[in-house]
Amino acid sequence: MATAQVVDISLPSLPQGWTSEKDFKILGSLSGATKRNVEPVGPHFLAHARRSRHNRTFSEDERLQAQNNVKKTETEEDDDISEDEDPMMLAREAKDWKSQDHYAVLGLSKYRYRATPEQIKRAHRKKVLRHHPDKKAAQGKSDENDSFFKCIQKATDLLLDPTRRRQFDSVDENAEVEPPTKKLSGSKFYKAWHPVFVAEGRFSNKQPVPELGDENSTQEHVETFYNFWYNFDSWRTFEYLDEDVPDDGESRDQKRHVEKKNANARRKRKTEDTVRLRELVDECLSSDERIKKFRQQARAGKDAKRLAKEEEIRRQKEEKEKAKADEEKRKKEAEEAAKAEREKSKKAKEAAKNAAKKNKRILKGSVKEVNYFAAGGDASATEIDNVLSDVDLIMGKIDVDELAVLAEKLTIAGTDGAAVKSAWTGEAQRLVDAGKLKAGETKVFA
Amino acid sequence: MGDAANSAAEAERYAIGISFGNSCSSIARISPEGKAEVIANEEGDRQIPSILSYIDGEEYHGTQAKAQLVRNSGNTVAYFRDFIGKEFKSIDPTPCHQSAHPQQKDSTIAFTIRDTESETPNTVTVSEITTRHFKRLRSSATDFLGKDVNAAVITVPTDFTDAQREALVASAKAAGLDVLQLIHEPVAAVMAYDARPEATVTDKLVVVADFGGTRSDVAVVSCRGGMYTILATVHDYELGGASLDQIIIDHFAKEFMKKHKTDPRENARGLAKLKLECEATRKALSLSTNAQLSIESLVDGVDYGSTVNRTRYELLAGKVFSQFTSLIQQVVKKAELDVLDIDEVIFSGGVSHTPKIANLTRNIFSEKTKILSPATSTTSLNPSELSARGAAFQASLVQEFEHEDIEQSIHPMVTVTPHLTKAIGVEFTSETETTFQPLLGAETALPARRIAQYFAPKEGGDVLVRVCEGAREIKVTKPEPKAEEKPAKDEDDSDFDSEDEEEEEIREIVWKTEKPVAELAVKGVKAGSKIEVMVHVNPDLGLQIAVREVASQNAVRGAINGSA
Repeated sequence: MATAQVVDISLPSLPQGWTSEKDFKILGSLSGATKRNVEPVGPHFLAHARRSRHNRTFSEDERLQAQNNVKKTETEEDDDISEDEDPMMLAREAKDWKSQDHYAVLGLSKYRYRATPEQIKRAHRKKVLRHHPDKKAAQGKSDENDSFFKCIQKATDLLLDPTRRRQFDSVDENAEVEPPTKKLSGSKFYKAWHPVFVAEGRFSNKQPVPELGDENSTQEHVETFYNFWYNFDSWRTFEYLDEDVPDDGESRDQKRHVEKKNANARRKRKTEDTVRLRELVDECLSSDERIKKFRQQARAGKDAKRLAKEEEIRRQKEEKEKAKADEEKRKKEAEEAAKAEREKSKKAKEAAKNAAKKNKRILKGSVKEVNYFAAGGDASATEIDNVLSDVDLIMGKIDVDELAVLAEKLTIAGTDGAAVKSAWTGEAQRLVDAGKLKAGETKVFA
Repeated sequence: MGDAANSAAEAERYAIGISFGNSCSSIARISPEGKAEVIANEEGDRQIPSILSYIDGEEYHGTQAKAQLVRNSGNTVAYFRDFIGKEFKSIDPTPCHQSAHPQQKDSTIAFTIRDTESETPNTVTVSEITTRHFKRLRSSATDFLGKDVNAAVITVPTDFTDAQREALVASAKAAGLDVLQLIHEPVAAVMAYDARPEATVTDKLVVVADFGGTRSDVAVVSCRGGMYTILATVHDYELGGASLDQIIIDHFAKEFMKKHKTDPRENARGLAKLKLECEATRKALSLSTNAQLSIESLVDGVDYGSTVNRTRYELLAGKVFSQFTSLIQQVVKKAELDVLDIDEVIFSGGVSHTPKIANLTRNIFSEKTKILSPATSTTSLNPSELSARGAAFQASLVQEFEHEDIEQSIHPMVTVTPHLTKAIGVEFTSETETTFQPLLGAETALPARRIAQYFAPKEGGDVLVRVCEGAREIKVTKPEPKAEEKPAKDEDDSDFDSEDEEEEEIREIVWKTEKPVAELAVKGVKAGSKIEVMVHVNPDLGLQIAVREVASQNAVRGAINGSA
């Protein structure tokens, strides 16, 4: 509690004989204190906490708080705007207010459309303090020229009216940023185009306006940016450039004519502005390297996909071909094997046939060798005929193997007639036993 | 750039004050004009019942959920505040008889309710319920303010344990609320009064009587230069609005039984309906002298309607009312104070609307004690809104602070401070009497500084300022019968006199000098001027005293070194 409470009671007078050095006498000390928990709430506790944490006394804390408060109000005043006036501007006539740069008049040319109403008011006040006609009179400059003061008033009136301010902002050439004339690449591109779009963005009904970004911006960001600018919703109007409409009641036709002309001019300018903006965005888009980059990326992605697909197809085809070749090879091999087998069997057959033929020859020869079993001299025709018919009979009854066995026997027998005969007789007997030959069917070999 | 914007949005804190009660919760904020205001939820309620109810997976909150206590009591969770952060064995589940029953789950408490569309009930912990409750409060505040509310100051009873505080903070965090600070309910109530623009900072002793729906807490708070210290608290966990409701329920139930021979209290749904309506009737009786009660199909399809007047109600509830007032007397006793020491009684909580309780309390205290309840004071605030307003005020103060800053400030290093045991003041001696005028009251947190101006003697000259420690005594004077002479008064008159209550004994505060501390002399004071005395007490009980004549260079100062 810094404030003093006033207690309505009178202090006693100093008794007689009271003396002390420095008029202060210590009589005792305070009784002990109890420790208690203070509730940590309320502004006074916060002050207490501040004091105890920073080891401040009451008066120190009060002084610091007061200082802090003072600083705050000072900084609010400090950020003000001060620009020197151009002597040309000072010489302006108030009646040419339409062509004046209202922001420059108020010294707000670096803020322009960004200036807040609060700033405008402060700037106005500042200018008025300097340029009020009375001030000038007090300074002894009695040129009676208050035209700049009127300019200030005009500028403030206009800028503090939101509708009229927008009309002026729409045609404020000094706030415009010219787009770069030549194609730029790399970071220069972003540096040059960024302020252009920031300046154009002031006309947008939709705020905030997306930023141009830089080379690392995402595709989404870039697309949003260009979509925004191609669908730009602008509040820009061109009423400020209207011709003055004659305001006297006399010439109504003239008035209507001018109004119509103004409306047409506005419409035309608006269309032109839309076209201009579209062309501007077109130009920016055409030299934007990011678009190319994204397209390449997209194409690279697509190409990679296509290649992978083709590769896959090729691989499949190869596999198929390989499978087919394998199949054919296997078939061919099988065929060849079969052929060889056939030939082999043919040869064997032929060999067997030849062997049989040979054996038959041996058989037939055997009887011839022994002169058809004729005792001495040549054998008679009947003897030969009988022997040969028997040989034929037996040969017709026996199979190849038996033939070979018989041929073997006969070869061993050689030219020994008895042996040959016994061999044949044995064979005939075997055949009879086997039932292939009837007993007595053979004439000689019985 | 996007990230920066996000972090900026995150950094922007919008804090509200939340009073989280067993039966009702309130949310408040500081309006742009600097006044605390309690925010109404979507249904227009400023006291939002702390009840959640579930039907087919749909969540109902507040008044809508309260209505479900009749039809859907099994899936309705109510009176859960006191269960947070507690173990099952240490809770009193009585208030939950007519809603979802609390049960043990691991080391915490849970409710088995069907809170989804499926038929199988889920077990939901009390922390989860609290989180859902806070989420609803937060969305109400966000919808009302149009700004994302992401921080809060929450009030808790003085007997909340650390475990309960932690659980509460965690639940609020899960609901997207950053708890800046938990403050005590009685202190929030005092602050709600002190934060009013017209309020001035004075030294006072305040009794805060918080009579809620299911429990009552009374505390003695000393306010010294805007700093609050709780001197004593008493709690009654069974006394509350519910006890008064029970009286009305019994009254109407008996009346019903006379006509219809059935006891509506024996039917669960009948009892729930009766409870709901009787609560409304009780609240109506606080405002008007007559209240209606009408319940369709109370039991057996019988419609019931009746009226009750305030006199009857006060007669029936007399016993319970005296329980409330005796709580106040208890706490004063516990703080080792006398009712005469109390400068203010602040009524907080829903039951405080009851006029009889305030009037009974009025009789306990002396006439200079301010009784701040709707029935006794026209300038009083709505008792139900006090905690929330206090919390909102604190929220507005600490909103800009870093968490670390707040934690450091509420650390015991800062909050535990020495308090004066004896008052310090100035003694005035004249030819006839010696009086003592306290400058720093007992229980003032140190360091402290007080300045006061006193008049110099009329003729001027040299002046003595005698700084002393003082003690107050209760002087009891027994009035004699009128015919006899008045008792001789050898000591001074008190500020007030209660001559009209002659049958009772007169009790008054008398200050006595206990121990002189220092004497200062100011010489050559002009006639009719004022003397300003500044006393500064250090935490180590050292003193700096400065005395000067107002509007002159004439000053004397001196210091006494502290004991520690």
